[in-house]
Amino acid sequence: MDFNVNSPILFIIVGLIIAVVLGQSVYFLVKALKRAKELGIDKKVVKKTITTSATFTIAPAISILVGVVTLSVALGIPLPWLRLSVVGSLSYETISAGQTLVALGKTLGSLDITAEEFVTVTIVMTVGIALGLIAVPLVTKKIQSGMIKLENKDKKWMEILNNAMFMGMISAFLGYVFCDITKVFYSQEQLNELAIKAMEKLAEKGVEIKEPIVYTNTQFLIPVLVFFVSAIVMVILGLLSKKTKQRWITDYALPISLILGMASAVPFTMWLG
Amino acid sequence: MIKRKELTYMESVHRDGKIWGLVLCGAILLFPIIACIIFNVLPKWSALAEGLIAVMPMYWAVAVIEIITYVPMLGAGGTYLSFVTGNISNLKLPCALNAMEIANVKPSSEEGEIISTISIAVSSIVTTLIIIIGLFAIAPLGDVLTSPLVKSAFDQVLPALFGGLGVVFLAKNLKIAIVPCLLMLVLFIAIPALDTSMVGIMVPVGVVVSIVVARILYKKGML
Repeated sequence: MDFNVNSPILFIIVGLIIAVVLGQSVYFLVKALKRAKELGIDKKVVKKTITTSATFTIAPAISILVGVVTLSVALGIPLPWLRLSVVGSLSYETISAGQTLVALGKTLGSLDITAEEFVTVTIVMTVGIALGLIAVPLVTKKIQSGMIKLENKDKKWMEILNNAMFMGMISAFLGYVFCDITKVFYSQEQLNELAIKAMEKLAEKGVEIKEPIVYTNTQFLIPVLVFFVSAIVMVILGLLSKKTKQRWITDYALPISLILGMASAVPFTMWLG
Repeated sequence: MIKRKELTYMESVHRDGKIWGLVLCGAILLFPIIACIIFNVLPKWSALAEGLIAVMPMYWAVAVIEIITYVPMLGAGGTYLSFVTGNISNLKLPCALNAMEIANVKPSSEEGEIISTISIAVSSIVTTLIIIIGLFAIAPLGDVLTSPLVKSAFDQVLPALFGGLGVVFLAKNLKIAIVPCLLMLVLFIAIPALDTSMVGIMVPVGVVVSIVVARILYKKGML
């Protein structure tokens, strides 16, 4: 068959695989809903779980969609659609596709990908992150039964352990938000050096640079400010919910603080970026 | 009687999870082979090797760490779904955490398992649907989504997400939180090599530090 990155047959195959992925989610959703009924979990709680999870997902999902748009320049729509609907993340898919394209002498902005090049990129993107996909069906039960044993031994510790794990994850992202804060004090020379390095790195990854990168001191404050806006909104919503006794405020507090935090990035970027 | 039923539900989650997982693993891994057959081509081997060498060692190692770190947090159903649909730390896990927090259930209980599964399933479905809707609207949306102003907001998804989530969990677990949070701040600020792309690798470090701190505090009766 003649090759085209947007060949209809690729759309059909990818569509079928994604239908099965959706099927798995729907299957487990129905299964959990049935079990919730058996256990007598309040219908309101279940409904709330569904609506808050759906609301919360919208903004991050759109950011994933942005990834499909970025990758589709060189690779067409079906491959990025599949890749970003299954395992991996935007950063992984961009790196693996970009590095392979560079090895092929192309970039993420190339418009003349051949069939050989396309399948080469496809294999790397798929195999490069396949371990989780292969291993999870085989080891999850073992890990979970280990946790259950621990739970039976010491219930209180188990609860603390869970909280500690969540806290550990959050602590790493706290570091992530603040990681560039010292660059606020860099001299213009240091910033220029940094910009050159960043452009070299992008070129290595096969990203096409349309405009030269220019850094300003203040732009490194943006993630920190967004972080605080979101945190403050969360606190205000929490207090408001307590004072007005409106439970729904708490339920939607995280999606609201997420959206307002992201929205605050727009004026911050215009001001500091 | 109730106990046996509980066991049955979890057992069936593992059985179904394994079947779905292996089927999807097969389908996803077959895709490149099908593409080769349809277009009747073979990959360019040297570039293939170069690409794999560039990403595989790191991402297979990360996968081992991710499985150990995230499987206990996601619960059984959540794990089977998340490791197929991806975006765990930036979407699925925060989503499940928030849902369990609102429903006021413990992650280690069966109620927690169910709420987490429902939350992650809904999140996966919504994500998949948004991508599909977006694709059909990609021509008009593409320009809007990649415009500098909109991009500046979407660049900050993670700080905005972890600001709200962080403040809640920090307030709840202040004693456990202080040491890992300070440590991560110091590490990320002091070591230039720890940039934003390293967060995935630092999550397990943060988790281990938190567990050690929690264990010490627990043994001393301070929690």
